[in-house]
Amino acid sequence: MLSAVWQITWFTLWASALSLLLILPPGVALAWLLARKDWPGKPLVETLVTLPLVVPPVATGLVLLKLLGRHGLLGGWIEQTLGVEIVFTWRAVVIATAVMSFPLLVRTARVAFENVSPRLEQVARTLGAGPWKVFGTITLPLAARGLMAGAVLAFARGLGEFGATVMVAGFIPGQTVTLALSIYQQVNLGRDDLAWPLLVVSITLAFGAVWLGECLSRRRPHAA
Amino acid sequence: MQLELTGVRLPLAPFTLEVDATLDARVTGIFGASGAGKTSLLEVIAGLRRPTAGTVRLDDEALSDAPTRIFVRPERRGLGYVPQDGALFPHLSVGDNLRYGRRLPPRPDGPSFTHVTEILEIARLADRAVGTLSGGERQRVALGRALLASPRLLLLDEPLAGLDAPLRERLLPYLVRVRDVFSIPMLYVTHSPDEVMALCDEVLLLGEGKIKQRGKPAGIFVAGAAPRYVLRDSGHSQS
Repeated sequence: MLSAVWQITWFTLWASALSLLLILPPGVALAWLLARKDWPGKPLVETLVTLPLVVPPVATGLVLLKLLGRHGLLGGWIEQTLGVEIVFTWRAVVIATAVMSFPLLVRTARVAFENVSPRLEQVARTLGAGPWKVFGTITLPLAARGLMAGAVLAFARGLGEFGATVMVAGFIPGQTVTLALSIYQQVNLGRDDLAWPLLVVSITLAFGAVWLGECLSRRRPHAA
Repeated sequence: MQLELTGVRLPLAPFTLEVDATLDARVTGIFGASGAGKTSLLEVIAGLRRPTAGTVRLDDEALSDAPTRIFVRPERRGLGYVPQDGALFPHLSVGDNLRYGRRLPPRPDGPSFTHVTEILEIARLADRAVGTLSGGERQRVALGRALLASPRLLLLDEPLAGLDAPLRERLLPYLVRVRDVFSIPMLYVTHSPDEVMALCDEVLLLGEGKIKQRGKPAGIFVAGAAPRYVLRDSGHSQS
């Protein structure tokens, strides 16, 4: 019993961490583009990024299932070219978690970038720093706490992901079962006694992650 | 140094900045009321804003030329820029701020770190955090940082505006010293006639984006009561 709880916990942590690694580079880049640049189609992208926050997770999961399934647009192509199956595997768990966490990361990171005064970046440019040096030496360090907060929140969101995951990854013991899926399954089977330890682990992990996120979100006096 | 602004235009709400001028004084004051377009003019010269028309040339080098779409990026212009609030980097120490734009190796004719920090009396601040500096210290560090990047031209945007009158009085001599010790020409934006009189060799009077008057400070301002100098023709200060 205890080993099953640990296995499910580790898998959930691992899937959430991997999905965070996947979304971190594009998420930070998109957040910077949204915070600092004006470009055609920006409102459309803003809306699309926010969509997974408001659309029912099972609906997002269904879209992913149709897209990544063996006969889906992407899934068929990936299977033919790389010989890799996505749906009903651990990969589907990671992708579903990534899609559901992405909006939180982007929104928090965008605010972090917006809190860095463009005046500081402009002055750095006049001092001879090119755009990349300015990003690396001014923008990124000043936005770092906000970016870390976004990453922690996205990770926490990943830990609790259920709706999209169950649609696209199903419930395959030892392969796709996360904490959320397992709690649902145990309650469904009338085994509340088995659901309790999972619930305690879930709440502890979520509490820790949200608390850390809140600590990081608190702005230092110099971050304005 | 010769800065040529030919037909420079930049739409601003509610007017358009339109400037034609050749500037070659040691310190040129750009004087005008708030919202006259002074900061925007400085930003055009620094490359932080792109004019819709006209040419900006510094010593025969085109910094921006709208017809041929030349636009030298701010980091390649070799200009020093000190905004009103100093804009020190809050996550870096004073020393790291000062060294941020310093060329390595330093230009042989550029001011040395020791010289700049001695002249501005900021050497003892090098290890301090930016957040612990007073208003006057911040402005001196911002000025030092710009000087240490060995600029061809120094653009100062109301560096004393956010400070109270006694502090302004104390900081003005530092600016005079920088003018006299380092042979770096300056454009000095202000709405204080007293600062123009103390520092500038020539002054442009800017109003609604256009040069209304140009000349020696003594020809533009006359002695008044408080502030000590007022505009000669209007009889009142713009500060």
